[in-house]
This record gives sequence, C-alpha cells and structure tokens, in this order.
Amino acid sequence: MPISLKDEAAIAGIGLTEFSKNSGRSELQLAAECIKAACDDAGISPSEIDGLVSYTLDSTDEIEVARAVGANDLTMFSRINYGGGAAVGTIHQATMAIATGQASTVVCWRAMNGRSGKRMGQGVSGDITSSDLVHWSWYTPYGMLIPGSWIAMIANKYMHNYGVTREDLGLVAISQRNYALNNPRAYGYGKPLSMDEYMASKMIAEPLCLYDFCQETDGGCAILITSAERARDLKQKPAMIRGVCQASTRGQEQMTSYYRSELTSLPEMELAAKLVYEQAGLGPHDIDAACLYDAFTSEIIMQLESFGFCKEGEGVELVREGGLDIDGRLPNNTHGGLISEAYIHGMNNIAEGVRLVRGESTGQPDKNVEHVLVSSGVGVPTGALILGKD
Amino acid sequence: MTDPRRIKPPMGPDNGWWWDMAAAGKLGIQRCAGCQTLRHPPTPMCGDCHSTQWDTVEASGAGTVCSYTVLTHPQFPGYQYPLIIILVDLAEGTRLTSQLVDCEPENVEFGLPVEMIIQEDPDGFKLPVFKPAGAA
Repeated sequence: MPISLKDEAAIAGIGLTEFSKNSGRSELQLAAECIKAACDDAGISPSEIDGLVSYTLDSTDEIEVARAVGANDLTMFSRINYGGGAAVGTIHQATMAIATGQASTVVCWRAMNGRSGKRMGQGVSGDITSSDLVHWSWYTPYGMLIPGSWIAMIANKYMHNYGVTREDLGLVAISQRNYALNNPRAYGYGKPLSMDEYMASKMIAEPLCLYDFCQETDGGCAILITSAERARDLKQKPAMIRGVCQASTRGQEQMTSYYRSELTSLPEMELAAKLVYEQAGLGPHDIDAACLYDAFTSEIIMQLESFGFCKEGEGVELVREGGLDIDGRLPNNTHGGLISEAYIHGMNNIAEGVRLVRGESTGQPDKNVEHVLVSSGVGVPTGALILGKD
Repeated sequence: MTDPRRIKPPMGPDNGWWWDMAAAGKLGIQRCAGCQTLRHPPTPMCGDCHSTQWDTVEASGAGTVCSYTVLTHPQFPGYQYPLIIILVDLAEGTRLTSQLVDCEPENVEFGLPVEMIIQEDPDGFKLPVFKPAGAA
C-alpha cells in the first residue's frame, strides 16, 4: 500500500537573509543565518533539527551547517541535483522523511554568493570525463556557455510556433517587476520597468534580452518542514503540503533537451503537473496563485500550458489579458520572482508560496488564496508543489 | 596570459571518437549494432535494445535548421560574435547542436537548408560547423 504524502507534512517556518549583490560573508554563514531565521519563524530551536536537505550545487556541507546552528543528531540528509530543478525536490525529500518517520524536523536550504562568488554559466572544460562534463561538451566548444543560450534555443522555437513576440515576454517581466515594486527584499523594489526600457535593453541570446533573465544574487533561504500535526501547535499558520513530486522524462538533458521530436512543450513539467494534481486531488481550477520557476520569462508562458491553465500554444493569451497580475486569473510570483526579487535558485519562490497561503505577501491578491502552485527549474529534471491552507 | 581559444571538450570512451572523426574531416553518428538505431548525443548503451555494441556512420552533412539563437553577450575569448548557434535536423534523422557560419544573423531562419563544413582553429582544433546550403 503506497504511502500518500498528502497533508502529512507542512511548512512551519521560512527564513531568509537579506538579498544583495555582495553579502560580504561566507555561504556557510548565509546558510546558518537563514536556517536560524526559519526556526525563529516557526518558534522552535535549531537544536530540534534532525534532517537537512539542499542542492548538489550548494557549497556548504550539511554537517558544517549542523555544527554552525547547533542542530540535533541528524537522521536524514540528502542532496538534489540539477540546479534550480532541485527546489521543490528538497521539499519532496523532507516530506517523504516525515511521512515515513525518518525525521521530525527537516530544514531545506539554499545559500549562495551568486553574484560576488561563483556565478552561473562560466563554462566547463578540462580532462575529467564525467557523464555531466561530457554532456556539456556538446555545447561549450561551440560557445554555448550560459544558461540563457541553452534556454534561448527552446524559447525561439516555441515563440516561432505560437506567434509569441518579444513584447509578450516583456509583459511577463513587467508583471513581476510590478510586484517587486512593493517588496522591500526585492532587487526591483521601487524600480519600475516600462515596455520601452524592456524593448531597448541589450540582447543576450536572441530572442532573450537582459530583462528576460533572472537576477544574480547573494543570499540564503530556508524552509522548515515538520508533521502537519506538530505544525498546528507552532507559531505560524501551517502551509499544508497537499502534493509534492519530482519529474524527469524521456529524452531529458540538463538544459539541452533538444533531441525530442518536438521542442515546444515541457514534458517533465507536464509529468510534474499530473503527479502533483493527482496526489493533491486537485486540478488547475483549484489553484488560486502560483510561483512558477522563472529563470527566464519564456519559461512562465510555457508552464501555463504544462500545468493546464490553458491549452497548448495559448499561454500567451493568458499573459496578454493580465492573467498573471494581482487581479488576474493566476497571480504569479507575487514577490517579483527570480527575475525581480532575487535568484536563490527557486527556494525564495517556495517561501513566497508560504506567504501567499498565510495571507502575508506584499503582493497578496484580494481573493481567498486556498492553494498555491510552486514549480522547480525549467528545462531540467524538475518537480511541483501544491501548498494549501489547513 | 590566457590563450584566446575555444573551450575544448573532455574526451572519454563515450564521446572522444566523435571528435576524432571531426579531426579527420567527418561528421559522425553513433549506430547501435543491435538494432541499427542512430543516436546523438552518443551513449554507451542503446536505450531501446540495451546493446553496448555500436559503430559509427559518416553523415552526409546535409540538414535543415530546426531552431537557432544568436549570441551577442557576454563575449568569451575564443569565439566570434555575433555567434549563431543552430539545431540541425540531419538528413539521416538525428539532430545535433552546432554553429552556422558564412551567414548574417538576419538571414538565419527556421527550416534553412545547411551543409556541414569542418572549421579549423588557428591552434589546429577542428569542429564540424554548418553553412547555408549552396553558399560559396
């Protein structure tokens, strides 16, 4: 008899450092600070943490984190690969551990000096022939060194097929910037973005310009997960984990799934949608707001189709009618997202999902937000999470 | 001083042969010895019949542009910008990622017929790239 993960666990605390372009301290310190903040938010001591989960790309070892924050003995620790594809996957690990009694208090974190330290897309080379490095070597000798170049290939094909224009991508960027205007944590706080500025910005990888890209950020974000039962006794209203999953599909590559018969959809995201909706017993019509992974604007439009908010090829219509805005059908990335709040590899999008369920977002829609959908990275092995009110 | 050369691929048993063929002026495709399926990028086992035996065929070099991007920023040493990267549907049925040369960025389009040529860098490194079919 399979164990259902529905409503077994809840997010009881979120913790963040400030977001900046130069934190002036180590990634270990950022990790310790955001984890302590998540414990404070939940009203527990870090000495109760017995599980830790992060990304393979995170530089900080869980045992160093445990020592720094004074964690309990650890009975579960795990890492998820594939960059931002790990985001919701960390929550999946924590939820499975709690549902099966492997741990009681799990913290998922991502802490990075993403601007002042190691930046994304510096290329790889060398004599090591791991499967990962061989994969990248089909691209790096040709000059495809940055994530935008990998995504642009899919974005261009998708836009060509469905008549999506640069202005349409601009609408996504501006919608998210409008949310960030009111979010003091955000890069885009108080900095409006106009369509003229968007259109005049530097091209990076046609059809993607500067404003189609996410931020590069120094900062940390931690999510504290415990059993639903215990979460109800803690300081915050629990954000119930209605469904959570990971997904990777045939023909999957890391960022370069170019060899499938068609390139204008996201099969792994469609699998994530199927799994998470089935687990939660919900469908797209039940989702009131979303934090869809947004390393690039084009990814938002494609995900609207993957998650069934519209038919294939019609995502752009939802964008054009203001569907992502605060009074739209699906308020999305109400903190500004990775594009206009900060790039903490999707962990900050999960934190925003929690705020929306609590009713505490700086971009809180007027309507009742019962369920929020959060996704992991696009173009990589990924996953999806549905948070709900208790 | 950094030598402004393109990033070289690491070469192992799963991919080194492809670059060896390129150095010999050929565009290679891996072929499963069990079920004759052509596959790219190469893998050491056939996902369909699970054979670990394979050989290679030489592609004709003819194909069409499936998708493309034009890279303008940031500009890395060893590459010439604007840099046109293309996905090519080869006549043999596999697809690969490569570069389009001898073409202005405004002239690249979906479905453009292209043909492979071997480009040799000043340091002698060779890689298969494509030019518009019939271009001089």
